[in-house]
Amino acid sequence: MNLHEYQGKEILASYGVRVQRGIVANNATEAVAAAKELTAETGTGWYVIKAQVHAGGRGKGGGVKLAKNLQEVEEIAGNIIGMDLVTPQTPPEGKHVRKVLVAEDVYYPGDSETSEFYMSVLLNRGSGKNMIMYSTEGGMDIEEVAEKTPHLIFTEEIDPSVGLQGFQARRVAFNLGLSGAAFKEMVKFVSSLYTAYTKSDSSLFEINPVLKTSDDKILAVDAKVVIDDNALYRHKDIAEMRDITEENPIEVEAKAVGLNYVDLDGNVGCMVNGAGLAMATMDLIKQAGGEPANFLDVGGTADAKRVEEAFRIILKDPNVKAILINIFGGIVRCDRVAQGVVDAYKNMGDAIKVPIIVRLQGTNAEIAKELIDNSGLAVHSAVMFQEAADKVKEVLA
Amino acid sequence: MSVLVNKDSKIIVQGFTGSEGTFHAEQMIAYGTNVVGGVTPGKGGQEHLGKPVFNTVQEAVEKVGADTTIIFVPPAFAADAIMEAADAGIKVIITITEGIPVADMIKAFDYIKSKDCRLIGPNCPGVITPGEAKVGIMPGFVFKEGEVGIVSKSGTLTYEAADQVVRQGLGITTAIGIGGDPIIGTTTKEAVELLMNDDDTKCIVMIGEIGGQLEPEAAKWVKENGTKPVVGFIAGETAPKGRTMGHAGAIVGGAEDTAEAKKAIMKECGIHVVDSPAEIGKKVKEVLS
Repeated sequence: MNLHEYQGKEILASYGVRVQRGIVANNATEAVAAAKELTAETGTGWYVIKAQVHAGGRGKGGGVKLAKNLQEVEEIAGNIIGMDLVTPQTPPEGKHVRKVLVAEDVYYPGDSETSEFYMSVLLNRGSGKNMIMYSTEGGMDIEEVAEKTPHLIFTEEIDPSVGLQGFQARRVAFNLGLSGAAFKEMVKFVSSLYTAYTKSDSSLFEINPVLKTSDDKILAVDAKVVIDDNALYRHKDIAEMRDITEENPIEVEAKAVGLNYVDLDGNVGCMVNGAGLAMATMDLIKQAGGEPANFLDVGGTADAKRVEEAFRIILKDPNVKAILINIFGGIVRCDRVAQGVVDAYKNMGDAIKVPIIVRLQGTNAEIAKELIDNSGLAVHSAVMFQEAADKVKEVLA
Repeated sequence: MSVLVNKDSKIIVQGFTGSEGTFHAEQMIAYGTNVVGGVTPGKGGQEHLGKPVFNTVQEAVEKVGADTTIIFVPPAFAADAIMEAADAGIKVIITITEGIPVADMIKAFDYIKSKDCRLIGPNCPGVITPGEAKVGIMPGFVFKEGEVGIVSKSGTLTYEAADQVVRQGLGITTAIGIGGDPIIGTTTKEAVELLMNDDDTKCIVMIGEIGGQLEPEAAKWVKENGTKPVVGFIAGETAPKGRTMGHAGAIVGGAEDTAEAKKAIMKECGIHVVDSPAEIGKKVKEVLS
């Protein structure tokens, strides 16, 4: 589950990670009030207004702006809230901004130069251990750093049996070239960051930039936090942070009825049992000259109710020109699935206006094909995988 | 011959009396699998499906000599079940459970490293040696005895591949579902290695998907050590970047874990890669003739 910056920072701060402070606002008036409160708390004279959407690169799209007084806060917040923010990570039409974070200015002048670092915590799938990845090159696109200056990216892998050790946190601070008060601050920052990561069951922390201020404080200026969905059951408070307005509405609806659905741009909808076969079916659709309109795993029980729910979800996408149902019946019998398709089709009356191709393989596949063929419905049936692909090609032609 | 499980495996079911455990244990027994009992804490001493129920895995090892387990325990308790099995001396731990928190798997994965055992899964369909033992949730009738080994991250795509192989008049030595989670006990490379060392296996089908680096790693191993043909397929060519496609581990993070990138490396390493999932069986027949 993805979180907003302000939510991620809340989690970080609750484990003692120093963050750039801010207050979230839903409109320009709230933003001004937030700015006043922030000045009272932190003494900040300037403010950073940051669009709260689930996408990176917000600054590039005009979603992060500096305000030097309350009037500018009102103006900028008013402009950002309601805009459709387009960044390299959003869909082309952008993401609608509903909230801003009014944050303190942390780049104030002082005794030393400020510097920016990059830091993330994530699973190293190769070793099955968590790692801290960090770089002296903060505030930049890390993939670019990895490509151009890979020697400036460091990693620290954590032994699960003992957790992050002091020497590791010190090594991070040394490698980032810090000394004195900033060094101590960084050691504390790293260890509390890792604690926050494990305690919140996160699957990704990306802090870019981590800032060394002019008075040698270390703090998180941004926070991308992704929580492990499988662990949400033990974090009710975090689960409540889910913002469904950031998600695709069809996907939200599918999730509510227990379907695993991912919306895509293509013209052929598909309904498959099993994730691997679903991906393979999408690939086959493309090879047949179509483009998959979705990923949809109906799971092990493909009865009439479930098939109908899946039909309704797929048909919400106006681009769908055909639907391919691909079920490998193992434990679930194909004739039952076929009956489910027929019943769902009849129940839905005229709602289905696109050709349907049903490929059922496995237990009772031939009986299932007969059942479909004799149903009188405008449904094409297939038994072999390639046959299904050929039928897709046929209906698209 | 075969790998991991055979007719002599002494198999227990963890989460035996739950609905999933019951349903699939019944199917396994009907297939002829040597299920010697099951474990459900607090229900020890009872009998279920005509087999003894034990409170602990240790008890099952001591009393009926269990050496293999299949885990259907719910996600919140599954990592604990894996560690219990490893601690009790179980040699092959097959974990079907989907949805185990990553943090739990990091611990379990680390814990079992020092034990003499092999973990398969989690989030996998299990392992089948046709005619001998079905230790999983796959439809047994699809898998006929033969000479082709299968390694796959997915369930139904494994059945699809096995079905295609069987339709070519061939059969399966052992099919290993390694699972679709970010952390799995047996990697593609390790499973391929097991089959490479199995005398009866003449060809290996390796089915992967987007995300992670397991297939390239296996491909490089095959290039160095392979002694028999490997047919490969990677699902998810059309999957968008940054989206999880059903399996928790099936997500394109960067340029190197796309289907294209993986297939390119596999081809370089001499693996017979098919672009269409409908061509797996045909390709196996071709490389074997």
